[in-house]
Amino acid sequence: MSISMRGIETKRGAKVRVFEAGSGAPLVFMHGAGGLFPQNPFLDTLAERYHVFAPEFPAYGESTGEELLEDMQDFALHGWDVITELGLSKPHLMGHSMGGMIAAEMACLAPNDLNKLVLVGSAGLWINEQPIPDLFSFLPHEFATYLFHDRAQGEAMLTGGLDLKDPAALKEFYIGNSKRLSMAGKILFPIPNRRLSKRLYRLSAPTLVVWGKSDTLIPPVYADRFKALIPQAEVVQIAEAGHMVPYEQPDAFVSAVTRFLG
Amino acid sequence: MKFTWFNLMPWPYLPDDFREKHHSVWVDIPNTLYDPQKGHFVYHQYMDQLEYAESLGFDGIGCNEHHQNGYGLMPSPNIIAAGLARRTSKAALAVIGNSLALYNPPIRVAEEFAMLDVISGGRLLAGFPVGTSMDTNFCYGQIPALTRDKYAEAHELVMRAWHEDEPFAFDGKYNQLRHVNLWPKPIQKPNPPIYIPGGGSIETWDFCLDNDYNYSYLSFTGYLRGKKLLDGYWDQVAKRGKDESPYRSSFAQTICVADTDAEAEKLYAEHVNYFYNRCLHIYGGFADAPGYRTIKTIQADVLNALSESAQNMFPSLSWKELVDGGYVIAGSPATVRERMEDLIKGLHTGHIFCLMHVGNMPDWKTRYSTKLFAEKVMPHLRDLWPEWKDDDRWWCHPMENRLQPEHGIEQARQDGRIPL
Repeated sequence: MSISMRGIETKRGAKVRVFEAGSGAPLVFMHGAGGLFPQNPFLDTLAERYHVFAPEFPAYGESTGEELLEDMQDFALHGWDVITELGLSKPHLMGHSMGGMIAAEMACLAPNDLNKLVLVGSAGLWINEQPIPDLFSFLPHEFATYLFHDRAQGEAMLTGGLDLKDPAALKEFYIGNSKRLSMAGKILFPIPNRRLSKRLYRLSAPTLVVWGKSDTLIPPVYADRFKALIPQAEVVQIAEAGHMVPYEQPDAFVSAVTRFLG
Repeated sequence: MKFTWFNLMPWPYLPDDFREKHHSVWVDIPNTLYDPQKGHFVYHQYMDQLEYAESLGFDGIGCNEHHQNGYGLMPSPNIIAAGLARRTSKAALAVIGNSLALYNPPIRVAEEFAMLDVISGGRLLAGFPVGTSMDTNFCYGQIPALTRDKYAEAHELVMRAWHEDEPFAFDGKYNQLRHVNLWPKPIQKPNPPIYIPGGGSIETWDFCLDNDYNYSYLSFTGYLRGKKLLDGYWDQVAKRGKDESPYRSSFAQTICVADTDAEAEKLYAEHVNYFYNRCLHIYGGFADAPGYRTIKTIQADVLNALSESAQNMFPSLSWKELVDGGYVIAGSPATVRERMEDLIKGLHTGHIFCLMHVGNMPDWKTRYSTKLFAEKVMPHLRDLWPEWKDDDRWWCHPMENRLQPEHGIEQARQDGRIPL
């Protein structure tokens, strides 16, 4: 499946790069705080059945206009602005981690404008007894520990093969990471809770909640909390997968999603 | 030259194995290491030392703001300064300063600084730091990417509150106040001199120059890195067509004076070691939350950022390395004089924040070093900038007939200065 890229500009003025592939029902994927990886095999596979769109948020990849988005409402409206610009009608929404938080907010804001919703290891809730580790204080070499079931494989994926012992590679990672997490911090820092739980009652779309069983960043107890707040939700937990479940177990992940979306 | 005696107020009872056993001196340091009953004596001793410095002729006495740490015990510097205002009458009170983005609403800073200026009879030097990332982001929860924007808005609000004579409405992004009407207002007009402590953000230079504020560089990483940074600042001063008054900048320096160089090492090495290896044992992940520094600053300074945040900020350093590298200026009065002169001229600075209590230094050593500096070093450094000797733009302008509360106020009552 070949992936193409296009640049769009939202009415607000953000310039957004969108990856696009496949054909069929439109499926919009919102990436997590780390952004898209150089390779995203689960999107390739999904594109065999759906028309997949993966916009990069401002400050991620080639997208710009981060100064235009400051709070949760800005992020959620930006998501709809992108969909408007792409000319899509009632797409499926799928969001991973921070992207799940944004997709859920979008669905609460305009519950009649989407088809189905998939939340993957989604941020957006907070349980006092199960605090989420402070990812903003992670050193470069610490991310893999919290993000993957298999730490060594995860590290290779995270850095795209870069060797963090090489100063030039470390510099590139450091600057990119600062940009991305600076943006993500607007809705995730210091606690990734912008009161989504208060608004989830508005969500009417059929919803699938997917979680990695070994997720140590946002542990699976958060899947149960989403289920409690979204009565119609189905929950699927995937074995041998951490927070980066779509990357770590792409086959199991894609089959859970396609079973749900139809 | 102006000399301000500054006490960081570190916790002097961190255990010997602190560095090995504990994650960080800041943010998540176990607060069971703090003992309030010992703290009672620590605060009084530190404040006594500041008062002692005034009596020896230091131009200013200084304090600052930090949170949740064993490095500096002043979450509220204004409480310290209020104590000093009642026990001194000559020295400038350098509060360097209040982290503007942390006050809600920041009008609180305008009020408390005005109170300090009024109580002290116009002796306040008002500092507006952004605050370290540890303080501002990790302890006080400010969103890193919005911290500087929030700071800028708070700055505008405080300055307007000091300057305007009529109530006004302030419709900010972070602060909406329908009625801003400052009571009390500061003695110094239009406002006390403003000091901006910077750690190397390029944007801070322009902010200082736009407003003619003092750029205060506080560095524990030595004269050479300090010079690189201040050279950048002075280049910017020239580019902007501003005059080169050395009083546009100030510099914080750890200084230890003894009879001889050898005695300095013998007396002070263990305390300097305590400071660098315990008080600065900061977990790298807390040093710089993503978004705290702008991408422009990071790109300009990325290798330093990496060496600081990818590792511990300060690995073990020996006395010799600290002294030779200019992290610490230490030795006999003659040695210290010579090195201070190099520093002052090399950095082109008119105001030194003298860090003379270091780590867990006991009171008698602190006073010994301070007295030697005041008597045998300071007088020789006074007139290094003769062409700028009348430049008082960055110094306080106290009331002439102010009270001397440290001597009681009876005299003022008798000579009719008290209007009531």
